[in-house]
Amino acid sequence: MKLLLIAESREGKLLGSSSELTCFAKQMNADSVMLLVGNDNDLPAYNGTLYLADPAQAGEFNPAVHKQLVLEVVAKEQPDMIVLSHSSYGWDLAPRLAVALNAAQISEVVEVKQDGLLVPVCNAKLRRQVKPDTEICVVTLQAGAFTPSEELTGTPVVVKLTADGEGNILFQGYEAAEETGVDLSKAEVVVSAGRGIGKPENLEMIAALAKALKGEFGASRPVVDAEWAEHSRQVGTTGQTVSPKLYVACGISGAIQHLAGMKKSEFIVAINTDKDAPIGEVADVLAVVDLKQLVPILTEKLSA
Amino acid sequence: MKILVCIKQVPDMESKFKANAAGDWFDSSDLAWRMNEYDEYSVEQAIQLKGQVGDADLTVLCIGGEQVKETMKKALAMGCDRGVHILDEQSYQRDPFAIASLIASFARDKDFDVIFTGLQSQDRGSAQVGVMVAELLGLPALTTLVEFAYDNGTINGKRELEGGTRGKVSCKTPALVTCQLGLNTPRYPTLPNIMKAKKKELISIPASDLGASDSRSQSLKLAPPEKKGSGLILEGEPAEIADQLIRILKEKTTVLA
Ligand SMILES: Cc1cc2nc3c(=O)[nH]c(=O)nc-3n(C[C@H](O)[C@H](O)[C@H](O)COP(=O)(O)OP(=O)(O)OC[C@H]3O[C@@H](n4cnc5c(N)ncnc54)[C@H](O)[C@@H]3O)c2cc1C
Repeated sequence: MKLLLIAESREGKLLGSSSELTCFAKQMNADSVMLLVGNDNDLPAYNGTLYLADPAQAGEFNPAVHKQLVLEVVAKEQPDMIVLSHSSYGWDLAPRLAVALNAAQISEVVEVKQDGLLVPVCNAKLRRQVKPDTEICVVTLQAGAFTPSEELTGTPVVVKLTADGEGNILFQGYEAAEETGVDLSKAEVVVSAGRGIGKPENLEMIAALAKALKGEFGASRPVVDAEWAEHSRQVGTTGQTVSPKLYVACGISGAIQHLAGMKKSEFIVAINTDKDAPIGEVADVLAVVDLKQLVPILTEKLSA
Repeated sequence: MKILVCIKQVPDMESKFKANAAGDWFDSSDLAWRMNEYDEYSVEQAIQLKGQVGDADLTVLCIGGEQVKETMKKALAMGCDRGVHILDEQSYQRDPFAIASLIASFARDKDFDVIFTGLQSQDRGSAQVGVMVAELLGLPALTTLVEFAYDNGTINGKRELEGGTRGKVSCKTPALVTCQLGLNTPRYPTLPNIMKAKKKELISIPASDLGASDSRSQSLKLAPPEKKGSGLILEGEPAEIADQLIRILKEKTTVLA
């Protein structure tokens, strides 16, 4: 079995997720080669052939041109599987490759099984084992699912690729996330509100509990999207990453993108009416109760 | 301008799920159904685009059994002009490529200027269908948009990247875009518009008429994750839970010290 691993770089820097691709290849017990559109002074720790294209020429984000580069390497190396991260870059490029190669695509793999790959269904409440029916297939890996236990070492053998073509999308650069507002990463206690608070007025009781615990309040994405809280309070992959002494998740289901931002917290309390909510997987304590009933009483008792 | 928005009906994620008899998908009985959350943003953006350009025709497309018509009616009540229902009681058995090939087969000769889809569905979550439709039709695809603007044949968008950074992208129409959560504020259908929607055209096309491609992958098994959670579960009266929680926090953490 041979894998083609697609690493990523952003704003000129290699992303750490390349080590997850290598870790996956190891678990698959497979040979691999790697492809990166990135700078030659920031290479992955990888012992193998690295096909490298210059972002000045290929564009850091240019799916049509990157697709051509991958197809070129596929023609040369004849891999059985093309592996990307399930990231904004990976889930954009992978289906383009699958269509071009008449290949099956399996998204967001979390585990390798004897016969097939495991992927989440319905907000991780279920897991599905999938098997490709095509000779070559494209897979994307859930962030954090294949983290190597130790830091990788190695030096790749670089083979340079030349990109040409324009692509059909114009990329005009990056815009940084707003940096104003609170810095949740400094708080010892974070109490977060999820969609389960029901209405914006209920944010007050979450803020009051945070205050009683001498912490800050945070929020899940729907609360921020609905403009009930500012973006600096969002916890998760597209917000802040926090690891406080105590994290209290109120009315938060525990989607993978939220968990990524808080699962390293020292102690996690979840308040949720759904006993099966995936937040239960990481919680030290799951209180199965209506938060509107529990939170005010808890705040009152803590303040007494 | 001709606009297409593709939506999916999904179960409420707060439901209890179990595998079906074949063990290849979840059991669909006793579930409450709704519009895929990501698609609510696509429908809203499509309606806003129609409002902006004025002279536009907006079609909403949905694949599934008879029951998906309920969700399509919501899209019509929000402001889509007509509905195309691709009737397929077993659509859950098709992989994302087979679904994309159905949509592409319908859209191929229709000259849509802009096609909207959600970034992904809440149940399957593959994030494949939109991009595959674009590739099959040879259109540019802007994905994961949290900002969308249209100006005279050009779409300017912002893609959401990890950490909340955004990537500025643009392309010429015809094009496809996939919508990320937070792109806009989806409207609620008003009662008069719900009444009006009942009179809007909603045609059904059997999936077999569109000649779908075969799936390229198969589900072997579906099951709940092996329970990793070793956490303590507290149930009962809120006041008692509060007392228990405070006791645990005193014992296991230093935050109440
Ligand atoms: C690319 C990408 C990036 C993302 N980035 C982020 C991110 O950074 N942060 C983030 O949070 N999400 C992010 N998301 C969204 C994520 O997938 C989920 O949609 C989101 O986290 C869900 O938020 P929630 O748990 O508040 O809402 P829901 O999933 O709707 O859960 C609400 C929960 O509240 C419970 N509940 C309801 N009523 C009550 C009550 N009265 N008392 C107690 N519990 C109650 C329910 O049982 C349910 O579990 C991202 C998604 C994508 C695709």
